[in-house]
Amino acid sequence: MFPEIGGRSAAPSPSAAPRRSRWSQAQQAWRTHWQLYLLVSVPMAYFVIFKYIPMAFNVIAFKEYSPVLGPWGSEWVGLRNFELLFTNPVFGSLLKNTFILAFYLVLASFPIPILLALALNEIRTGWFKRTVQMVTYAPYFISTVVVVSMTILVLSPQVGLVSKGLGLVGVEPMNLLAEPDFFRHIYVWTDVWQTAGYSAVIYLAALAGIDPALHEAAKIDGAGRLQRIWNVDLPGIMPTAVIMLILGVGNMMAIGFEKAYLLQNNLNLAQSEIIPTYVYKTGLINADFSMATAVGLFNSVVNLCLLLAVNFVAKRVTGNGLWR
Amino acid sequence: MSTTKIREPFRDRFSLIVIKVMLAVVLGLVLLPLVYIVASSFSSPAAVNAGRVSFWPVEFSLEAYRSALSNSEVLSGYYNSLIYAVAGTAISVTLTVAIAYPLSRTTFYGRNVVMTLLIFTMLFSGGLIPTYMVVHDLGMLNTRWALLIPGAIGVWQVIIARTFFANSIPDELYEAAALDGASDLRVLRSVVLPLSKPLLAVLALMYTIYQWNTYFDALVYLKDPDLFPLQIVLRNILILNTPRTGAIDLAESMRQQQLANVLRYALIVISSLPVLIIYPFVARHFTKGVMVGAVKG
Repeated sequence: MFPEIGGRSAAPSPSAAPRRSRWSQAQQAWRTHWQLYLLVSVPMAYFVIFKYIPMAFNVIAFKEYSPVLGPWGSEWVGLRNFELLFTNPVFGSLLKNTFILAFYLVLASFPIPILLALALNEIRTGWFKRTVQMVTYAPYFISTVVVVSMTILVLSPQVGLVSKGLGLVGVEPMNLLAEPDFFRHIYVWTDVWQTAGYSAVIYLAALAGIDPALHEAAKIDGAGRLQRIWNVDLPGIMPTAVIMLILGVGNMMAIGFEKAYLLQNNLNLAQSEIIPTYVYKTGLINADFSMATAVGLFNSVVNLCLLLAVNFVAKRVTGNGLWR
Repeated sequence: MSTTKIREPFRDRFSLIVIKVMLAVVLGLVLLPLVYIVASSFSSPAAVNAGRVSFWPVEFSLEAYRSALSNSEVLSGYYNSLIYAVAGTAISVTLTVAIAYPLSRTTFYGRNVVMTLLIFTMLFSGGLIPTYMVVHDLGMLNTRWALLIPGAIGVWQVIIARTFFANSIPDELYEAAALDGASDLRVLRSVVLPLSKPLLAVLALMYTIYQWNTYFDALVYLKDPDLFPLQIVLRNILILNTPRTGAIDLAESMRQQQLANVLRYALIVISSLPVLIIYPFVARHFTKGVMVGAVKG
């Protein structure tokens, strides 16, 4: 009898062994390194409270939210909020505005830092290189409010620089900020103005990592400057560029609320109303929590899908992805 | 350098000139708007309003600054932003180190789970309204906490810190400390932190600049003007252009209008000054921090 039991209990042990050892491993880690778990507990509480609980609160997108009943007690309405959203005539232009702006932004802010870095890399260290780097990097540290204020002042039809410049070539001064058609250009190019120098730093580091022997070899083979940039530098920064592009496209839909909201006015609303500003207005100004959450959830899901898709394609094509 | 002995081919020298000219144009495009703002801020209100200022002060005057610095909203905003920047940075750096240090230790069982949980929050966010509800339920609305806590930890900063700890603290130090019987907290305090001053500087800088420059949380969570950070005050004055009252006769009201206009230029300079002053000294560290984060973690 006893051997029988012993035999039976011995039989499953090979499969149970890793599980038990993992458990005992965890116990062991807990016993000897409990202080690490103590350290992690507060930040983890932060992530649960401010990141994961809000994710759960997204249920109100499927409910008729009532502040009295709370997110869990409110009445289910199924997909009604989404139906309302998708049939709302505003939705089409909202989606279009967000997509075009985001796409335009990626299109402009991806290649320009690369060009800037390639150009800077050709110049030997000296005051000119340092100055260009310092100056182009600086706008990154200016706040969005200030950048938008500067934009308004520079574009001001009465005293702004741009209207003065246009006046020199005989163009009538106009208020560009009131023209819906100019909103995207203003948004994107002020963004490039602000971030190009910052983004170029990453590429400059990648360029510094290229083996100088490659350049020497190319020179001996008679390659000119532009040929070396094209055949040595560009392939050298390709992995970095792919990651930056993934991050750019992946975060397309997470396009900033801050700037769009500040640049918005009643006159350019036709093109400047994008999903984040709409969520803010619907949720916090009109207090329609359920609808605003539905729009936000829709945006987050699209963003996640986009990120996964881009990462998948990038991995297939170049072998470089965000994660393995 | 051997390249100076051998003359570069003509096309290479030519392309270098083209590149330099292009960079000079870029330099001008970035610099000119800044110069225009600074020049206007030092000009007389009348000159600015007549559009006579380009890149050099016209009728040098400090009236704009006098008016900006006597504005009580601006002063209170400055004071509040200082509080948010200092307190927010202290909280953020502490919490970031508290999670990044264990994540950097191979002996921390479950670190992959924790890391995955963190990365996921980068891919999928709870959204504006649900986060607002949490802040509301915690009773943080319209308190200073609302600007200090909900955005306290950046996942990107955690990755930077974790990569730094993992790469620049040699395992031998941990082993030696363990042999001496030091606990994990003791190791953090006596070994890791003293070796991590550049990292702490980068983190502090990133969080300070974020706190100084952001306005979104304040817009969403704060109602009480006494709590407004500088950026909200700037938005009200610079962008919404809230009219000033009190002028009776036309000439006086026009003068005030002119002053209000030129005030905006001075405010831009005043509010960006702290960040731009420290920037040249810390740019190198900042760049390093960005680089560490750019390395796949």
